[in-house]
Amino acid sequence: MTSYLKDVFTNTGNVSLFTASFFKSVLKQPFELKEFANQCYLLGYKALPLVGITGFIMGLVLTLQSRPTMVKFGAEAWLPGMVALSLIKEVAPIITALICAGKISSGIGAELGSMKVTEQIDAMEVSAINPFKYLVETRVLATTLMVPLLVVFADCIGILGGYIGMNIHSDVNLFRYLSQILESLTFLDIMPATIKTFFFGFLIGLIGCYKGFTASNGTASVGKAANSAVVAASLSIFIVDMMAVQLTDILYK
Amino acid sequence: MLQQDHEILTKPIIEIKKLHKSFGSNNHVLKGITLQVKAGENLIMLGKSGSGKSIIIKCLVGLLAADKGSLKVFDTDITKLDCTQLNILRLRMGFLFQNSALYDSMTVRQNLEFPLKRHSAELTDAEVEKEVEEVLKSVGLIEAIDKMPSELSGGMRKRVGLARTLILKPEIIFYDEPTTGLDPITSREISKLILSIQKKNNTTSMIITHDMACAKLTGDRIVILRDGVIYLEGTYRELENSKDEWVHSFFE
Ligand SMILES: Nc1ncnc2c1ncn2[C@@H]1O[C@H](COP(=O)(O)OP(=O)(O)OP(=O)(O)O)[C@@H](O)[C@H]1O
Ligand SMILES: [Mg+2]
Repeated sequence: MTSYLKDVFTNTGNVSLFTASFFKSVLKQPFELKEFANQCYLLGYKALPLVGITGFIMGLVLTLQSRPTMVKFGAEAWLPGMVALSLIKEVAPIITALICAGKISSGIGAELGSMKVTEQIDAMEVSAINPFKYLVETRVLATTLMVPLLVVFADCIGILGGYIGMNIHSDVNLFRYLSQILESLTFLDIMPATIKTFFFGFLIGLIGCYKGFTASNGTASVGKAANSAVVAASLSIFIVDMMAVQLTDILYK
Repeated sequence: MLQQDHEILTKPIIEIKKLHKSFGSNNHVLKGITLQVKAGENLIMLGKSGSGKSIIIKCLVGLLAADKGSLKVFDTDITKLDCTQLNILRLRMGFLFQNSALYDSMTVRQNLEFPLKRHSAELTDAEVEKEVEEVLKSVGLIEAIDKMPSELSGGMRKRVGLARTLILKPEIIFYDEPTTGLDPITSREISKLILSIQKKNNTTSMIITHDMACAKLTGDRIVILRDGVIYLEGTYRELENSKDEWVHSFFE
């Protein structure tokens, strides 16, 4: 029990130090712009199909499932707005973030872990290239930027899925569908939901990098790094989401 | 002129004093290593597997922190440097990893370009390309230039690793088992290459090896590690004729 607690505390301390060194060096020259762009492309592109498919299904399913209830209350006209609202505020961010935790965070964990184990990170260091800047910062910045973009993509595809869901039972004009959605959305709905996705992206990158970068030697630790990156990233996404929702709840009362 | 040359040759460029390093509480690997390497010298390091040879050179480039002792390279105590200062010194040192440590997401060409482009920004693309081809030719692997590391054999990887070490033209090179796992002919070529690099650029080298043919060909002086200290040192000749049973067993 005490050793478990000790583990938890040392881990928390190490993650904090890792995060601190990220912020300390991120503004310093040289900027690895090329590698950053490369990572944005790789990480964003890899998760794109999966995010698209789940976003579509979420929109479709939410519409189909909420429909009977709304019809019962005679509020069918509100259905698009309601679905879009729950997609944008909660479903798309959390589902996308979880997918990225599974796909991107574990990928980064495994990649950096195997680089660590095969001494590639050491090789970078002895050739006077800062591996933290080159590997960690580029990836964390890339996920911080790409996860919000993926969420927006999931929002759009989800709304499209909702439109198809509507059309299964009735014939709805696309413009009318979209204007119904726009009417029910306010800036205050979108803003907090968008802000939290940057935190999701940051955590996904940071946790993957931390797990990979601190993998111990030996090939078994590569799998462990990938695995624990997913677990830690998913859990922290839920925790941050809960905090974000409570915070907005207080602010907008 | 001659006198000057002589002085450069005898001045120690690496000075290790009472180096201690342990892992955990019960694995005391290095117990006070004291060692000097003169400029322009090829020093061979022998010792049983697990005796801490790789640890010594990793401490010298600052990959591992020493527990105790002083490590002077180019007359600077590297244990007292910050990151930026250390990186300036690292540019003058090359390190060949025991397992090559090639970047496996990059092709051979990119592996070699990576350090070069970062540290010699003034080079044009054509010049970079020329350097890369030249150094690959010197290790006899020009045909593998566009392959991925995963497509190479262990020996080829080692030679690419060597090429990557050489491309920045370091003044000191640490070789961690440069010929292990190579056939006798390639081993001999690598040994000759090490020798010709020493002659051409007047580099200083520390070479860890179990390959006595390589040691004989390239070494000016040999040190043997045992139980965390330098057990014996001397030329190949002297050690070969040593009366010590244990030392002698290396030469059989
Ligand atoms: N990162 C590490 N953590 C814990 N112990 C380590 C670590 N690296 C090395 N050691 C220990 O240090 C000792 C020396 O390792 P080192 O790699 O220097 O051996 P070596 O002399 O190079 O052997 P070889 O000829 O097999 O390469 C080993 O016993 C090993 O257990
Ligand atoms: Mg070794």
